[in-house]
Amino acid sequence: MALWTLFGLASGKATTAWPRAGGDSGQDGVLGMPRYNPAACREGCAECAAVCPTHAIELLEGGVAVDYGRCVVCQLCTEACPANAMTPSEDWAFGVRDRQDLLWSETGASSPAQAASDRKAFRRSLHIRHVDAGSCNGCESELQALNNPFYNLHRLGMFFTASPRFADLLLVTGPVTHAMREPLKAAYEAMAEPRWVMAVGTCAVSGGISAGNYASGTGLEGVLPVDLYLPGCPPNPAAIMEALLMFLDRAPQRVRGGRIHG
Amino acid sequence: MIGTQARTLAPDELQPAAQDLLAAGGRVRFAYAWSPDGVVEVRYIASIPDRRVFESWVVKGFRELPSLAAVFPSIGWYEREMMDVNGLRFTDHPEPYPLVLKDSGEELVNAIPAATGRPRLPKIDAVDVQQLPFGPIRADVLESAEFTFVYVGEHIIHYQPRLFFKHRGMETCFEGADSGRAVVTAERVSAVGSVAHALAYCEAVERAADCAIPTRARAVRVLLAEMERIYNHLHYLGHLSHTTTLKVGEAQGKLLEEKAKQLNARLTGSRLRSLLAPGGLRRDLDPGRWLGDALEDLREEFTTYVEKLENSESHLDRLITTGLLTQKVAFDQGATGPVARASGIDRDLRRDHPYAHYDGLPLTTPTFEDGDAYARERVRMAEVEASFVLCQRILLLLEPGPVRVECKPAPLAEGLGWTEGPRGSVYYAVHVGGDGRLARVKVKSPSFSNWRAFPFTVHDSNMMDYAINEASFGLTIAGCDR
Repeated sequence: MALWTLFGLASGKATTAWPRAGGDSGQDGVLGMPRYNPAACREGCAECAAVCPTHAIELLEGGVAVDYGRCVVCQLCTEACPANAMTPSEDWAFGVRDRQDLLWSETGASSPAQAASDRKAFRRSLHIRHVDAGSCNGCESELQALNNPFYNLHRLGMFFTASPRFADLLLVTGPVTHAMREPLKAAYEAMAEPRWVMAVGTCAVSGGISAGNYASGTGLEGVLPVDLYLPGCPPNPAAIMEALLMFLDRAPQRVRGGRIHG
Repeated sequence: MIGTQARTLAPDELQPAAQDLLAAGGRVRFAYAWSPDGVVEVRYIASIPDRRVFESWVVKGFRELPSLAAVFPSIGWYEREMMDVNGLRFTDHPEPYPLVLKDSGEELVNAIPAATGRPRLPKIDAVDVQQLPFGPIRADVLESAEFTFVYVGEHIIHYQPRLFFKHRGMETCFEGADSGRAVVTAERVSAVGSVAHALAYCEAVERAADCAIPTRARAVRVLLAEMERIYNHLHYLGHLSHTTTLKVGEAQGKLLEEKAKQLNARLTGSRLRSLLAPGGLRRDLDPGRWLGDALEDLREEFTTYVEKLENSESHLDRLITTGLLTQKVAFDQGATGPVARASGIDRDLRRDHPYAHYDGLPLTTPTFEDGDAYARERVRMAEVEASFVLCQRILLLLEPGPVRVECKPAPLAEGLGWTEGPRGSVYYAVHVGGDGRLARVKVKSPSFSNWRAFPFTVHDSNMMDYAINEASFGLTIAGCDR
């Protein structure tokens, strides 16, 4: 044991200072949601919509409608677009309070994000119950990473808890398979109020690749009331941290109208 | 099927063929059904020792077949899946209840997988015997599955996992899709095996299309596959240390995993997914000098880490003799990957059925006879070391060149692809329809095989060892449930 203690001490601190200024988010090179530039979009071209596996892009008169809540970040549209109207970006931090903010809009306007007073008491101590409702284990892999020494989620006062009775936030991954629907609802029912729900990963937001087939649902919509959406496939640990901080009003919501501001 | 030698069999020839295969030391690897032109067809994919080519047995036009589970117990689950999803019947099946879905055939939409797929629990009516159902939502950040323990004190008498709560019907997501783009679906079957799944899928499509992949693309595929193995095994070691309550060992394993994932992201733009597409790579990437240096730094940290684990008695004491999987059970139940190699089964698809750029690379296949949790840990430790060697070799021989060719399988083409993923063998059988789009894709994942073998190591063990034993198998549930 002494061996490990000495090794641990000698190794020094591995934890990043992020999200404090100057800290390393650890996401060097990670691609995020493709950026839509309607000015470059060619009339009558439907390449991006044709290749999108989850119908995140739909044709409209004079352009396309983009729903980042359905985007699985596969980058196929950025390869298919002949006009650079869909380009790769590093916009991976896509947490929002209102589902509407995941839809691309010309104005980039949204329902004003208000500080929620009922959350004030939880700002420095949030307990999270995770429920896997049929994920591909990508979200779990990144959620588990939150407690590695690099991100060290505990330092922000956020903890995963075993029992829904002790949890303030239900964090759900996966498209909600038919078999997980009842266990998921039971976990929610077991939580004390006030209680909130976070949809992590595009599957939990809208169903993802297997949405609505014979075994899968279409995410949390219509199953549980959602307070926080974070699409991504999977969202990386820094994106999850930023969304949680935003939920607790410790960071601003940067995504409005399907775009990152500031 | 390209990649296999096909044999058409009548139902009554199935069992003799299986007996012959078993006598020759071969194994039916997996089986599936589909219905081209409305006529049901069952396929069995078999491998024969020392033969690179697989055999594919085709049984056409019968909805009721004799079960092969008595010859190859591991095939029992594939047959049950076909009963659930394809509405077939297998006579004399030893476990004829649903596996994947509640009701086979009818009412699929409302079916609740696994909910009534509860295999009969033994009726134990004795004082002091307790029954503990655990799951499907488990403590900590874990995948969903339910386990029932029947135990006295610390001693587990019987253990029954109920899986398939996470069944997403992933195989149907391929149907009707474009074969070039459906690689993104293959990546999402099991995220921690994204590269293995994408590679097996691409190999299958490429065999169906009979196209030759540029050397650079084949080499980069090996690099990505080995980097996936590295981060998976590092996670494994961290998680195993967690179960033996070696806190710093856990932190270090997971920190190294994080570093490996960050290298993936810098190289490919994604921490978990791949860059593969049928025909090669979706785009070229530039490993430059930095990757070789970064991998070497990681290897040095890994070596120090392993030395420490190997000198931690409290860790080793919990692993040695824990969760014993005998070679016979491993073979019969179809165990694969590091789990099989820790039980004396010397098999590695990279060596036995070379693909991508593995032919000619300095491959080592560490194999141990002990079959305990410690052997499973040592196999993985040795594999990480071997993966670092492979990565450096690839970086040395990487020449500039094209990374993608046109790859479009003809209508009605079919192909088999395989890879040795971090957890074992992944197979994809791909059938193209008359319209040139995918008609049927069968996914065989390693965890589907290893979940069958695992319960055999739990019976007659004790509660305190359970978490260690489960971690030592390194199972995923998404891959199994699909």
